Amino acid sequence: MATAATTSRQKVGWGTANLVVVALAMIPVLWMVSLSFKTPAAILDPSYFPSQWTWGNYSSILSTSQFIRPLVNSIGIGLISTFIAVLLACMAAYAVARLRFPGKSLLIGMALLIAMFPAISLVTPMFNIERSLGLFNTWPGLIIPYVAFGLPLGIYTLSAFFREIPWELEKAAKVDGATPFQAFVKVIAPLAAPGMVTTAILVFLACWNEFLFAISFTSTLASRTAPASMAYFSGGSVFTVPTGPIAAAAVVITIPIIVFVLFFQRRIIAGLTSGAVKG
Amino acid sequence: MSVNEAVGTVPASEVIEEAPDRRRKQLSEGARAERRLGWALCAPAVIVMIAVTAYPVGYAIWLSLERYNLELPQDIKFVGFSNYAAVLSSPYWWQALKVTAIITVISVAVSLVLGMLLAMVMHRTLFGRGTVRTAALIPYGIVTVAAAYGWQYAWTPSQGYLSAAFNNSAPLTSEYKAIGVIILAEIWKTTPFIGLLLLAGLSLVPEDLQKAAKVDGASAWQRFIKITLPLMKPAILVALLFRTLDSFRIFDNIFILTGGNNGTGSLSILGYDNLFNALNLGIGSAISILIFICVVVIAFMFIKGFGTAAPGTDIGKR
Repeated sequence: MATAATTSRQKVGWGTANLVVVALAMIPVLWMVSLSFKTPAAILDPSYFPSQWTWGNYSSILSTSQFIRPLVNSIGIGLISTFIAVLLACMAAYAVARLRFPGKSLLIGMALLIAMFPAISLVTPMFNIERSLGLFNTWPGLIIPYVAFGLPLGIYTLSAFFREIPWELEKAAKVDGATPFQAFVKVIAPLAAPGMVTTAILVFLACWNEFLFAISFTSTLASRTAPASMAYFSGGSVFTVPTGPIAAAAVVITIPIIVFVLFFQRRIIAGLTSGAVKG
Repeated sequence: MSVNEAVGTVPASEVIEEAPDRRRKQLSEGARAERRLGWALCAPAVIVMIAVTAYPVGYAIWLSLERYNLELPQDIKFVGFSNYAAVLSSPYWWQALKVTAIITVISVAVSLVLGMLLAMVMHRTLFGRGTVRTAALIPYGIVTVAAAYGWQYAWTPSQGYLSAAFNNSAPLTSEYKAIGVIILAEIWKTTPFIGLLLLAGLSLVPEDLQKAAKVDGASAWQRFIKITLPLMKPAILVALLFRTLDSFRIFDNIFILTGGNNGTGSLSILGYDNLFNALNLGIGSAISILIFICVVVIAFMFIKGFGTAAPGTDIGKR
């Protein structure tokens, strides 16, 4: 048997499969990029690449508060929600991974339930609650549900990471007279930092992506996030569909994701799989 | 993948350590302090989760029993189960349930098969592994709304490359073709997630077992069916459970692609439209509760019926 021939043929096969995967993943993304550079005339031409290039779509969305303000809201709401969710999840995950206390499985069951929760079921009651508490159309009105939905993800991912930490160090710290809390803050937290970064990325991506709450609990630019704002874009006149500006906005909100994916590919994959797959 | 190896392995020292403590009736000072710390650390997370989910669901149950239209705030009245009767006897509910079920079943089934192929491509490839994984993560990470606009424009006649490639067709204007486009957008977005979960499961299948079977003359297909699949069953079931429930709440793609027109609205679109177009809190809450019940039934079927291990239950046992 010509083993060498088979392996090189296999190599070509897997190489082709790789190319197909990359192409399927990228073609729809590059189409958005292409659209965002098309002039209004070129948009009415169905070719994949622009026949006339322009930066006009970008300058038009980046010069109006219709998009800049939602972008600021998205970044602010995303960062605050991520910070709170990771902090709270960190505390709970430490307890789950390390401490013995009754009610632990209840907590895990609750987190699982929320991870599977249909968000639409909350929209109607939360809408009314937020209206009566004055939270409707404010940052906290989105931050609070985002934290709640980030928590299960955070607790799962972090408790998986926390079990990898060499806990003898904690014991050593306790022998040296540290309280459990000190042992957590001074010894374990720095070791847990990589897991926390991963979790923070996953939670931030979830907040950045969220759309249902973002259009349901906001009504003006005061708190509308970037994905929600795109549904309210208008063209130069009532008769123009704002295809170019929407495509440009879509590209702008995709940039942070590309950056995360390029720099943290390994971490994101480890985080995604750690919570769900067991050895 | 070190994370997966670590998950589920309990250091031997801990097991031995735990046994005598459990039998001790009188809790030592240290154990009591540990218990208090455990509760204290979990309390903030528990409070937020209850405040945002359990409380609104309880409130929704109450609202669903009332006649409550935001346009007629004077006319709030307890009406028992008549909101549920109204929803369940309405063709809109059944149409939305049908659309949701079609989208869920087809998109989950197709993305499971494609995800398996993707996992095998990612598992086998030696060169360009990082590139493939990075490329696969982009559909997973991309904002659904942004991707949905891309699909919408791609299928717009005389503007989109896909429409042009298919004889200038306008699939988003007819019910079943539009549902097809929605399913396509869902599959593109979610296959990488399944692929990555299955890749983690695939890396747990011992290479020796594959080799032994190969020596015994098993074909590639036989090895896949008899060795790989059974060993990956837990990973597949978890991926299926999460994807099914996620697909069942589909909203973003439909909202952008069709707005739920031409009979393409899912249950989530129905709930949204009812709140913001009909302003009916009573009916809206009944829809919320019914969707919640559907999700509970699906999860129950997976966990009890197929024996899906609820993720994280091993953490609880420790």
